[in-house]
Amino acid sequence: MSATPAAVNQMPREHYLNATWGIRSWLLTTDHKRIALLYLASVTFFFFIGGAFATMIRIHLLSPKGLLVTPETYNKLFTMHGVAMIFFFLIPSIPAVLGNFLLPIMIGAKDLAFPKINLLSWYIYLVGGCFVLYSFSTGGLDTGWTFYTPLSSVYSNSAVTPAVLGVFINGFSSILTGLNFIVTVHTMRAPGMTWFRLPLFVWAQYATSIIFILGTPVIAITLLLAGLERVFHLGFFNPALGGDPILFQHLFWFYSHPAVYIMILPAMGVISEIIPTFARKPIFGYSFIAGSSIAIAVIGFFVWAHHMFVTGESTYAALTFSLLSYLVAIPSAVKVFNWTSTLYKGSISYDTPMLYALGFIGLFLIGGLTGLFLACLGLDIHLHDTYFVIAHFHYIMVGGAVMGYVGGLHYWWPKITGKLYPEFLARIAAITLFLGFNLTFFPQFILGYLGMPRRYASYPPEFQVLNVMSTAGASILALGYLLPMIYLTWSMRYGAIAGPNPWPGTGLEWRTPSPPPTENFDVTPEVTWEPYDYDNRPDLGLDVSGAPALAHGDD
Amino acid sequence: MHRTGELYEQYRTLEQQRETASLGMWIFLSTEVLFFAGLFMTYTLNRSTYPDIFSEASKTIKLSWGAINTVVLIGSSLTMAMAVWASQTGKKKALTWFLIATLVLGTVFLGIKSVEYHDKYVEHHIPGWNFQFEPGADAATNAHAQLFFSLYFGMTGLHALHMIIGAGLLLWLIRESLRGRFTPEYNTPVENIGLYWHFVDIVWIFLFPLLYLIDRH
Repeated sequence: MSATPAAVNQMPREHYLNATWGIRSWLLTTDHKRIALLYLASVTFFFFIGGAFATMIRIHLLSPKGLLVTPETYNKLFTMHGVAMIFFFLIPSIPAVLGNFLLPIMIGAKDLAFPKINLLSWYIYLVGGCFVLYSFSTGGLDTGWTFYTPLSSVYSNSAVTPAVLGVFINGFSSILTGLNFIVTVHTMRAPGMTWFRLPLFVWAQYATSIIFILGTPVIAITLLLAGLERVFHLGFFNPALGGDPILFQHLFWFYSHPAVYIMILPAMGVISEIIPTFARKPIFGYSFIAGSSIAIAVIGFFVWAHHMFVTGESTYAALTFSLLSYLVAIPSAVKVFNWTSTLYKGSISYDTPMLYALGFIGLFLIGGLTGLFLACLGLDIHLHDTYFVIAHFHYIMVGGAVMGYVGGLHYWWPKITGKLYPEFLARIAAITLFLGFNLTFFPQFILGYLGMPRRYASYPPEFQVLNVMSTAGASILALGYLLPMIYLTWSMRYGAIAGPNPWPGTGLEWRTPSPPPTENFDVTPEVTWEPYDYDNRPDLGLDVSGAPALAHGDD
Repeated sequence: MHRTGELYEQYRTLEQQRETASLGMWIFLSTEVLFFAGLFMTYTLNRSTYPDIFSEASKTIKLSWGAINTVVLIGSSLTMAMAVWASQTGKKKALTWFLIATLVLGTVFLGIKSVEYHDKYVEHHIPGWNFQFEPGADAATNAHAQLFFSLYFGMTGLHALHMIIGAGLLLWLIRESLRGRFTPEYNTPVENIGLYWHFVDIVWIFLFPLLYLIDRH
């Protein structure tokens, strides 16, 4: 990319950022790109809230007896960390920010199918967020992010009702986003943009949207029932009144396990875009990567009870769910193998997004393989509710989903803002994030295996060394998040002008100016090429004459 | 979003716009199915756990009101279907009248429903609020009967909420129809709200036997 002299590139005179001015033009916009930026600001806000709670947790755990807070407050810290991060950052992050911005451009449409509903989904998110913040600031929440009954519906003395209401409301924001994406992919594709020419990011968003529309309503009704139970003293999930608490867990995980795939699938989509761009090669196994996204979404609906192996569910149910959980490994492995095969003999450059993508593959691999430990019935009895589980899902959610999100943000930042970020600093940040992440969470695998339970405010002294390592890693991790925050903001004003296609990438989004015009394209594009086809794209200005460029160290 | 005639700017043709809106409604309805599914699951589990008390509690609901409401609602689906037909064939006057008939039947349904709720209030069958199943019923029976009535009010209440939203949508349709907005070329709102209305009716077709007909011979 340094080969593209900045002097050649000019910012387009009119684009979506300067087409209209004023606060109303943002708050009442129906432009998917502006709504994406509204979401970017709000999910970043919740990321900071969740991050602040995480910081307090890690400081508290520096000493075996706990440094910072009472055990009651500690319960609130990890609960609010989970609720803020899962419902208000991870789930909306890639779909509502990157998906919103890119999906219409990638398929050559002027906007999503229902632009007003898109704006509505952001307002619903805000209303839900306000209820949750109200809960956090008036007594907090101590039920665990899972809201298990009857703790949440009867015994908890914290502000459960507004939190449940907030998460319930927020669910409709997800549903509307998913609905919009599915319809858009079906009916808004440009001429020539067939299903198997769709970028893999779009396939991933489509698979995610299926979970949004089929999973989210179930948790919505479940939380509604739990909330009614709390307010009116009903008995749906309260054994003292004849209800069944295990039913709550089934209904809860029917959504909340697929929700894990809501977080990881879009990140996989991001990686599938970054890898071919920086390997300068068509992606290996396009249709398998596309199909594996759908497969993960579908199989994901049939594995939920693996969260409940120790509830006393029937052995046969547990066996079945264990087996089905193993099945998820197949499409996941298909993706990893295809990404690595794409790298093989590629002409690889280690630009910042690529560093995130490579980091993602490694971390997702560890997160995914430890998932197999937990899907295994016998082993799960030992590991259940220990830090091993914490480490496992943070490898998937932070090492996977957040790395994908931050990597994607870097990859499309020139498109979103028209400016380049400082590459050297960005590489430092990517490496900092990777090292900080591993130092934070790898010790937790060992802690969990040794038997340290999750959700406890204190621990035996022999676990202190590993806990101190984890906290040290968390402070490096925090630096890794702050750096991009600073230089990305800086680059909006001072960054070099990016030009339409700085990497260069092959998708439609790179064929329109950066930042794009409000209508996305001056002329509706007609797609005549296959996706990621670096071999037949003279317009990209790459030297592809003769044999493909040799990979580093190729012989 | 600006629109030219009835075509919003993100679409290329009216046909594309119609397809998009229709697909959107179908996907919304699939979300709705899963939304109600959570309640049906809770109902199924509790009924299989307490079959006797569920059938006892079910018998305290007046069958006649439920049966009349079922007929009223099926009738409203018919008038709604006729409204869609009228909008597709350009019969503007008939469209308005069919929409009004649908709204009237929907309101009758809600009226009867509120009479039923009032009966339950008089009988102390509102959960969580002075609930007393039968005079002298023991605590366990009371608790399990309250589960039935919690589900009764939860399911019919959520259904009624959908009816109220549907009635609001019908009011808007009637206003637009009086302005002559719907033509054989453009009638998507009538068709989509029709789909929604039929869906809400179908939910009732499941609720009626599950709640009223558990053990009636």
